[in-house]
Amino acid sequence: MKIVVGLGSCGIAAGAQKVYDEIKNQLEARGANNQLEPVGCVGMCYLEPIIEFIDEDGKKYTYTKVTSDKVADILSGILDGQPLEDNIIESAETNKLSKQKRIALKNCGVINPENIHEYMEHNGYEAIKKCVQEMTQEEVIGEIKISNIRGRGGAGFPTWFKWNVAMNNKNDQKYIVCNADEGDPGAFMDRSILEGDPHAIIEGMMIAGYAIGAQEGVVYVRAEYPLAIVRLQKAIDQARELKLLGSNVFDSNFRFDLKIKAGAGAFVCGEETALIASIEGERGMPRIKPPFPAEKGLWQKPTNINNVETLANIPWIINNGGKAFADIGMANSQGTKVFALTGKIKDGGLVEVPMGTSLREVIYEIGGGIRDNKECKAVQLGGPSGGCVPKDLLDTLVDYEAITKTGAIMGSGGMVVMDDTTCMVDMAKFFLDFTCKESCGKCIHCRLGTKRMLEILTRITEGDGQPGDIELLEDLGNGIKEGSLCGLGQTAPNPVLSTIKYFREEYEKHIIDKTCPAKQCKALLTYTILQDKCIKCGKCLRNCSVEAITKDDNKVFTIHKDKCIQCGVCFDVCPVEAVLVN
Amino acid sequence: MSCCCNDNNAKVEEIIKKYINKPGSIISILQEVQEIYNYLPKDVLNTIAEKTKIKPAKIYGVATFYKQFRLNPIGKYLILLCQGTACHVNGSKKIESTILDDLKIKDGETTEDGLFTLNNVACLGCCSLSPVMMINDETYGNLTPEAVTEILKELKSQ
Repeated sequence: MKIVVGLGSCGIAAGAQKVYDEIKNQLEARGANNQLEPVGCVGMCYLEPIIEFIDEDGKKYTYTKVTSDKVADILSGILDGQPLEDNIIESAETNKLSKQKRIALKNCGVINPENIHEYMEHNGYEAIKKCVQEMTQEEVIGEIKISNIRGRGGAGFPTWFKWNVAMNNKNDQKYIVCNADEGDPGAFMDRSILEGDPHAIIEGMMIAGYAIGAQEGVVYVRAEYPLAIVRLQKAIDQARELKLLGSNVFDSNFRFDLKIKAGAGAFVCGEETALIASIEGERGMPRIKPPFPAEKGLWQKPTNINNVETLANIPWIINNGGKAFADIGMANSQGTKVFALTGKIKDGGLVEVPMGTSLREVIYEIGGGIRDNKECKAVQLGGPSGGCVPKDLLDTLVDYEAITKTGAIMGSGGMVVMDDTTCMVDMAKFFLDFTCKESCGKCIHCRLGTKRMLEILTRITEGDGQPGDIELLEDLGNGIKEGSLCGLGQTAPNPVLSTIKYFREEYEKHIIDKTCPAKQCKALLTYTILQDKCIKCGKCLRNCSVEAITKDDNKVFTIHKDKCIQCGVCFDVCPVEAVLVN
Repeated sequence: MSCCCNDNNAKVEEIIKKYINKPGSIISILQEVQEIYNYLPKDVLNTIAEKTKIKPAKIYGVATFYKQFRLNPIGKYLILLCQGTACHVNGSKKIESTILDDLKIKDGETTEDGLFTLNNVACLGCCSLSPVMMINDETYGNLTPEAVTEILKELKSQ
């Protein structure tokens, strides 16, 4: 009986390392020699920590939300032939996995990412072997062209095209760079792939290197992913030991090696030219294109940069054929897409679905719908570069063009679900706050423009909105898009423009009526005590830090608006919900 | 304290030696130096400039561009409070207010007793556990104001 424990960063944050250690202790105490392995995140983050027992016939017993105090009983149950029913995964949950099509995530949650042999048992390094022994560079690119895989980092640019330009640029020195600077707040697809299946990235880069004629690779990983860096380095070391990396790959003339370069905390370094500048030891400021990196990239040499998820698909495409990939999904959006489903979703985590699945299916059939059975107000796609898709458009299919038509973008895969307690003006302000801070400062439209947009949005959420503000935001937004050199500035206004498009009324309520329908913008809220509900316990008065609540001789409690700072404490402490907020 | 300074100087020298022939290594050098001191002291930046022959202005430019680098010392416990989208939607502002109430510090500030420093960060990538914070190497998820108060109390008592 093999035992596996999900040990991705979020599993560990949920307590999985303690569970793993306890299983180890218990096995030692029993003198049992069962194989115990860590695996990456399977994507069902809402069920973490997850442990799985797999017998010789492949039958699985999966336990969820395990805590270290439950380990002894669960282990005894399994090893003594009477598996416990408590905490065992429900079939509805395993059914959700069957609704997904896992290509990029195929090994995550299945193999031990720290053991190269497990990767190899799952067709690992077969694809690069096929490339160097049986295919020409043109044939490899041809297969990628047939698959029509598009960049999964957000831009959606055809991968084969970039490889082809880089291949045709004659130079003795070329580079393959993996963009693992997953900076979109709310996105952790790349982190999970790096932590759960690092060899897929190494193999993907080797194939790309072979195709374009590069012998050196760099993986640029953001500093905030220390476990991903550790696991990837281990994988590189193991691949070198087995001579899969180095000279004469599979006895061919192809040689390849790669190294990791850690980022240092700059969202803009997800933009390819800023990323290159950062590898070169500079401030991460984007450069003008052309020349494109495929012509003059890292150290002015032809460079191909691909996202983690894009590279994770490459070995599968070579092993199964480009056509098999193209047969999944839609006419111009082939294959699958990994999404990080978060926010007000019941069952959040990572899901991988074929292109062409509707947003509604992802949110309700895989994500379990909205928490507390509330209604979905909107879903944010594409992070700070994207936009929101309102509930009326949830039948939009996961497809590059279909999503762009709504005003959002596919993005890297962050999908944040919102309900009626989310204020769309506040969300727009949240994203602008982010992009304004992250602007590198090179272009005045982005540097100053985002600051001005943020100032206007802050005024609106603080009750100081003026007629004309919406039009000013639209004007500024369009100007910033036109005047910015890179994707950060060009897309920074998107969350504002898309929330204005679909939730203009909500903006108007803030500006004209000075109210916040979602009851989030504190300055626009008024707190009143409902006398018929009040039980006169005095908790509100005792907890008010600014003495805005008084009690008269008849024990009538009143909140004085002129003193109230809308902190919400009285609402929180009232045991009978007698404080009305509107 | 001089023996500790000498030790640190030797470590800095070693780091620089490791990267001296690798172009574009300034970020890696600054990262490893920051591991020693927990921040980047100005005089150490000048030393790095001298030994690498990279102009001090350029090193300062890189050190101030990237959020990971600190030019001021931090407390014993560095609180990284996630302000990513999922955490924002699920109440990270309330957690920030709790930290302000309990420790009297805002983003970028250190408590008077030198115990805690608060840094708001854009996203820790643990979105399913939102709201999330990291304190040194430990990640705490599914936070509530009460849970945060408990965690801080526990650390204070250690």
